[in-house]
Amino acid sequence: MDMQTLVLASAEIFLLTMICVVLVVDLFVTDQNRTITFGLSLASLVGTGFLVLSNTPATTQYLFDGSYVSDPLAGLLKMASIVMVGIGFIYSRSYLIQSKLMKGEFFLLSLFGLLGILIMISANSLLIMYLGLETLALSLYALVAFERNSRDAAESAMKYFILGAIASGSLLYGISWVYGVTGAIEFNEIATAIANDPSLNSLPLWFGVSFMIVGIAFKFGAVPFHMWLPDVYQGARTPVTLFIATAPKLAAFALIYRVLVDGLGDLHASWQAIIMIISLLSMVLGNIVAIAQTNIKRMLGYSAIGHVGFIFAGIFTGSQIGYSAALFYSLTYVLMAAGAFGLVIILSDQKEAESLEDFKGLGQRNPWLAMLMLFIMLGMAGIPPWVGFFAKLTIINTVVEAGFTWFAIVMVLSSVIGAFYYLRVIWYMYFEKAVNTKAINMGKDIGLVASLNGLLILGLGIFPATLMQYCLSVIN
Amino acid sequence: MLMNSILSTMIWLPILAGVVLLFIGDGDQRKHNIIRYLSLSASIVTLLLGIWLYFEFDNTTHSMQFIEQATWIASLNIEYYLGVDGISVPLILLTVFITPFVVASSWDVIKVRPAQYFAAFLILEGLMIGVFSALDAILFYVFWEAMLVPMFLIIGIWGGERRVYATLKFFLYTFLGSVLMLVSFIYLYGQTANFNLLSFMAAPLSLLEQQLIFIALLLAFAVKVPMWPVHTWLPDAHVEAPTGGSVILAAIMLKMGGYGFIRLSMPITPDASEYFSFMMIVLSLIAVTYIGFVALMQKDMKKLIAYSSIAHMGFVTLGFFIVWSFSTTTEGALGVTGAMVQMISHGLISGAMFLCVGVLYDRMHSREIAAYGGVANTMPVFAAFMVLFSMANAGLPGTSGFVGEFMVILASFKANIWYGFLAATTLILGAAYTLWMVKRVLYGEVANDNVAKLTDLNDREFYILGALAISVLMVGIWPAPMIDMMSATIEQLMLQISETKIVGVDL
Repeated sequence: MDMQTLVLASAEIFLLTMICVVLVVDLFVTDQNRTITFGLSLASLVGTGFLVLSNTPATTQYLFDGSYVSDPLAGLLKMASIVMVGIGFIYSRSYLIQSKLMKGEFFLLSLFGLLGILIMISANSLLIMYLGLETLALSLYALVAFERNSRDAAESAMKYFILGAIASGSLLYGISWVYGVTGAIEFNEIATAIANDPSLNSLPLWFGVSFMIVGIAFKFGAVPFHMWLPDVYQGARTPVTLFIATAPKLAAFALIYRVLVDGLGDLHASWQAIIMIISLLSMVLGNIVAIAQTNIKRMLGYSAIGHVGFIFAGIFTGSQIGYSAALFYSLTYVLMAAGAFGLVIILSDQKEAESLEDFKGLGQRNPWLAMLMLFIMLGMAGIPPWVGFFAKLTIINTVVEAGFTWFAIVMVLSSVIGAFYYLRVIWYMYFEKAVNTKAINMGKDIGLVASLNGLLILGLGIFPATLMQYCLSVIN
Repeated sequence: MLMNSILSTMIWLPILAGVVLLFIGDGDQRKHNIIRYLSLSASIVTLLLGIWLYFEFDNTTHSMQFIEQATWIASLNIEYYLGVDGISVPLILLTVFITPFVVASSWDVIKVRPAQYFAAFLILEGLMIGVFSALDAILFYVFWEAMLVPMFLIIGIWGGERRVYATLKFFLYTFLGSVLMLVSFIYLYGQTANFNLLSFMAAPLSLLEQQLIFIALLLAFAVKVPMWPVHTWLPDAHVEAPTGGSVILAAIMLKMGGYGFIRLSMPITPDASEYFSFMMIVLSLIAVTYIGFVALMQKDMKKLIAYSSIAHMGFVTLGFFIVWSFSTTTEGALGVTGAMVQMISHGLISGAMFLCVGVLYDRMHSREIAAYGGVANTMPVFAAFMVLFSMANAGLPGTSGFVGEFMVILASFKANIWYGFLAATTLILGAAYTLWMVKRVLYGEVANDNVAKLTDLNDREFYILGALAISVLMVGIWPAPMIDMMSATIEQLMLQISETKIVGVDL
């Protein structure tokens, strides 16, 4: 093992070391001084981010005997995940203090989850990918159940755990078939094996791939494997929901990209139809059911299902621009999701601001926050000039280019349905009188992060070219 | 410098001013004054720029002028591409002309969150100018959709009782209409590899492709115009919107639909436009006649004017699509020119009518016709203005309402006697519903104590209505400058649409 290998994996190694440090330090910190844990966790994130930034190679590098990969795509996804987790920490701090949940475990589990995400993003073998996935999943189960005395949290954690275990089992089962047929577990070797012997491209392999897709779709929360998602979003504490809604989605993108494109790209014709159906169902069902929700977290959960449908639509086209569009969509979506849950956190005091009613009259209580929420909602609805529009535009463009104009029509119609429930939030904020007229007090740091988050959604919408170009270049 | 970026300046100056207003925020009287004067001056500066644009504009050529072109999103070949010709300049002028009146008419009427109110209108103005000057399909779409947001808020925050229902209906209706337009733009991008509207116009397309694109665009524009039977959002939106919102909606936003037809549908899909022209003419005639009858029955003044808007906009689509009934381009040009003049004139008249209703509403807080009666006794000056605008609405010669309608009716008679006959019924219906309303509101005995207590126009209202009255008369008596502005472009358009875009097939 040479130095170069260690340098390329230094971010993960550093993060793991820091987790151990935080773990030990947290033992000696009392509840009053929990800010130390918070600060240390943020510092670990900054350090990890710095290492990712400085050690991402310009070309694809394989390390650890080919089971790990470092490339610009991984760099981008890792950076975005780290930023999302960092934003989540800042949003959550005063909420956790208020609800007496400022425990070291929150930060530790989140950091462990992030470690799993980083490993998933860089995995180049089915087993490493599975390891990363489980590291993430186990942290998430525990995070959801983090508030011990809450029945809702326990229930949703249980649901999440059982369904998640089934999905992992399905994924592992699929992995074993793929390994059995191709004799390889590294993605590039699987691709080579299929290319060298086209006769492998037959029923046993498709059987394995189908099971793997089930597992992946579950992790994304795509229909028909979405049952856990609304319950978990609603049952978990909002900071946890924020975590689940953001960085793991990027990991899931890496998962689907590495498996289906890097590994099984030659089988595109076989998996295209499955992904397309999943995409269609997710978009339609997610957007329609979201209309009926009165709990904002649940509504955003169904909206997430709808957005996943769009991401899958970019994947099924099987083209470079399709993948890069899906990447752009994932990145911008998590940005908006972070902002949305961040605002829910800000509005919560004493009790969760999870009902749509809690947004009533926000336009008068705090015009600035209301405007940020307006940006986020319109961004999610895909109204220009907010960035969500350009994300949808790129996806629709690849779908039309692949010859599926009818699918593009379904996509735009489902976004019209979606527009209704996003507009409803705006309606509650601006057109209704406030029920709770208490001034919203939040720390300067939270205000700053929320403002940057909201303005970025507008800014990236007006100048989307750079990020779009970058997404294209990392996919090529 | 300014010369090269006049369009950008006109788009971004009001938007920037709007953002500044949002940052100033609401507050005491002093702040309130700053807000009002700032928004008025921003809209007047934009108006001056518009006047300058008018004088710099070259009437003799049909090609795009004041072009600004820069790469926006390279990976999709999307450009920041602006330019205007004889079709867009009159509409831009209408926009910059109406907005200062909207600002002035809301001067001390809006008490709730005035900063946001004025900001919404200024941002809206910039976006509307953007729609009229964008030559890149995505840029056009961005302005087109973004425009919905300020209007959504204007109706929702400052509207009447059923404002939430009305504004959601408005937003979703128009959003639903326009998403398919986006798909057709992307489809055309697949054919031409860029989003340039001019290359869309040049792209060869089969008849089936054209028909599908035409229908997709039709949904977007028909909802906006609005054409029967997708007009139902308009009366709701108009009734619930605050006065300023109604004015902008009627005077400018409806024109977006007409502009879309003439800028996009007709040149991009000429063969499909011809194929569907009979359907379009029938729909337009239904709007003119049937909606005319509906207007007759209204009890609410704003609703009546809203329905009369639908009927008048029917003339616009009629004028556009009657082109295919002629063998020569000169007769077709008559219809299109008439339709364009009708758009401008309707912008002025409907804006003025809504302002008149606003004047009454500010005093009595009622839009019901039955709540009034004998207003002319207490408000003689106001009554004079309202009668003038009503006459113009009914198409009295000498007012702007006459010119456009007359040209379209003339073209219709040349095309087919029945078209002409049905179109001409508007002269009776329009007079009936407008003048009957005038009679019930203005004349007769003073109906009740509230009317007896009315005070006549104040200076601000007098100047607003006076300026609009002058412009209505000016366009009516001497429409030549406006027609000259359009003629070269319309001639070119006629040539353009008379050539088939179907490749390799003889029609």
